[in-house]
Amino acid sequence: MSSSWKMHPVTQLFLARFREFMREPEAVFWSYVFPLVMMIALGLAFRSEPMEAISIVVQDGPGSEVLKATLRESRMLIVSTGTEAECRQQLRAGQSELIAVAESMDGVSGYRFVFDPTRPGSVHARDAVNDVLQRAAGRQDPVATTDLAVTEPGSRYIDFLVPGLIGMGLMAGGIWGVGFAIVDMRIRQVLKRFLGTPMKKSHFVAAMMFSRMVFMIPEIIIVLLVSRIAFGVVNHGSYLNVLLLIALGAFEFAGIGLLIASRAKTLEAVSGLMNLSMVPMWIGSGIFFSAKRFPAFAQPLIELLPLTPLIAALRHVMQEGAGVLQILPELGLITLWGAVTFVVAIRVFRWE
Amino acid sequence: MTYAIECRQLTKTWPGKPPVEAVRGIDLQVEQGTCFGVLGPNGAGKTTTIEICEGLLRATSGDAFVLGKNWATQGDEIRQEIGISLQETRLSEKLTVLETLTLFRSFYRSGMEPSEAIAKVSLQEKANARIKALSGGQRQRVAVATALVGNPKLLFLDEPTTGLDPQSRRDLWRIITEFREGGGTVLLTTHYMDEAERLCDRVAIFDHGRILAIDSPQKLIANLGAQHVVVFAVSGDSMSSLPEDFGANLPGVNSARVESEHRCLSVREPHMAIPALLALINERKLRLTSLATRQATLEDVFVHFAGHALNDDETGAVR
Repeated sequence: MSSSWKMHPVTQLFLARFREFMREPEAVFWSYVFPLVMMIALGLAFRSEPMEAISIVVQDGPGSEVLKATLRESRMLIVSTGTEAECRQQLRAGQSELIAVAESMDGVSGYRFVFDPTRPGSVHARDAVNDVLQRAAGRQDPVATTDLAVTEPGSRYIDFLVPGLIGMGLMAGGIWGVGFAIVDMRIRQVLKRFLGTPMKKSHFVAAMMFSRMVFMIPEIIIVLLVSRIAFGVVNHGSYLNVLLLIALGAFEFAGIGLLIASRAKTLEAVSGLMNLSMVPMWIGSGIFFSAKRFPAFAQPLIELLPLTPLIAALRHVMQEGAGVLQILPELGLITLWGAVTFVVAIRVFRWE
Repeated sequence: MTYAIECRQLTKTWPGKPPVEAVRGIDLQVEQGTCFGVLGPNGAGKTTTIEICEGLLRATSGDAFVLGKNWATQGDEIRQEIGISLQETRLSEKLTVLETLTLFRSFYRSGMEPSEAIAKVSLQEKANARIKALSGGQRQRVAVATALVGNPKLLFLDEPTTGLDPQSRRDLWRIITEFREGGGTVLLTTHYMDEAERLCDRVAIFDHGRILAIDSPQKLIANLGAQHVVVFAVSGDSMSSLPEDFGANLPGVNSARVESEHRCLSVREPHMAIPALLALINERKLRLTSLATRQATLEDVFVHFAGHALNDDETGAVR
């Protein structure tokens, strides 16, 4: 026999997985292209640009002509007019952020603002319109202020998004890749056939996890490269730390995929379980928006989700340049998830 | 000498409502260097028994020793010395024949070169072809090669030729014969009686989880007491009006039975039975549409012991 490492069962099992993966062009395409498409689409949709002009509407009535003329003085505002019903309709449809109404109470003329306080654009419009009207009425600002505009890489949405997408890729790749492959082998009776050989179960599982880590590397490199070229996303931390997180993340989600697939007998069953386990993480773990937006009572649960510490640590490293010591709690949680699922999966694993 | 396989009072009951007794007390010994056949219809307990011997299933009660070793304590050592081919394994279609065998070879401490295993099943030309591109017979040969690559002393083959064309069946028979000539032991299950007669030194006939008979194929046939079978049919409607034991009392005849479109007589002395049968048909004013004689086979042995034909298992009915 040729050199011993080459004929080691883990090497051979890894090679088999690797060949099966590379010889399935669709699988390669989707696992590498999907995160890329997502990044480009979201990066374009939420690109950081100077605040656009604010659309508001003035309600027809006594004094509306003066009000309209005053507001049109401001370059920040786009002003239209309409009846009360038309105004409401515009506000509802999001075409206008605010309705301005001229009114007079007890002979004193004033303004009424109708807006939605849950819409950031509406709140911003109220302040802007109020400011314009107060100044027009003669308000003097007691303190002089100057503005210095700064848009720094690292604080844009795309900088926030890229670590989230890397985490998402690790999750989806691990759970789908390992889960599907295992159930497929179970259906084909290959696992049962392996059970009839002296193959060690730990060798099999190790090869599954190792192959997962290897498949992830090109995916991450592509995402990092494209995000850098297209959006100027830079890693403020050490690449070694990013690599460490990717390896641990791949291990963690291979373990979870293994556990999900440990007993399922059909592809339908495993698909259901995989979706069930991924949905909370899709929503809760902060891929697309900060997990801190969820109410306080949900935070302990969110922090326990396997993806949350991974994405949080990736952001600490890439956005803030955090070192290993600063992400120790996250590293611990990720490792714990991987190790526990791994051990439980081997215990309950069904080979036929 | 230790037996290659020894089963003592083996049982396997699947839990359920009601529980299914797949194997109900099997005793058998397989001597080293022989080919042992397990025969019987689907659901007779063949696969359950072989999978207990392969270490894939745990018996409900009883013991199974393989090469003198016990599955409970020496499983790893047994696995180094056996090769198995399951009834249905779909090996990865994206791997080549050589890659598949290299993978299986890596599981064993010792064995043959993967290319040697490929040569044993005459697939050298397909060594670098993906499994996907192979025919059913070629895939089955790859499956047998994965069983051979660890240089086993004992080969388990569960219905190795089911669904194969005649040429592929003969190819596999040759592989099995060569393995035996090299001193190996084979346990195979089949529901083809001709396969068992050709390959096996001894056969056990299974039905409903029990062994009905166990001996060499020749002795089993000889012990029937009637080594010939007369198969005949009469025209149209008169066939169904005949009693089931029609002809059973004729001289030289042991028994009669219905077999699909024909009637079969187990016959000791054809020279007495056939003229008597023709006379009886004439006397009843029936018209004979076919008449043939053949040597008794294991199939007849099975019918003799089981009381129903081998193919009746699908419906469970005795025709």
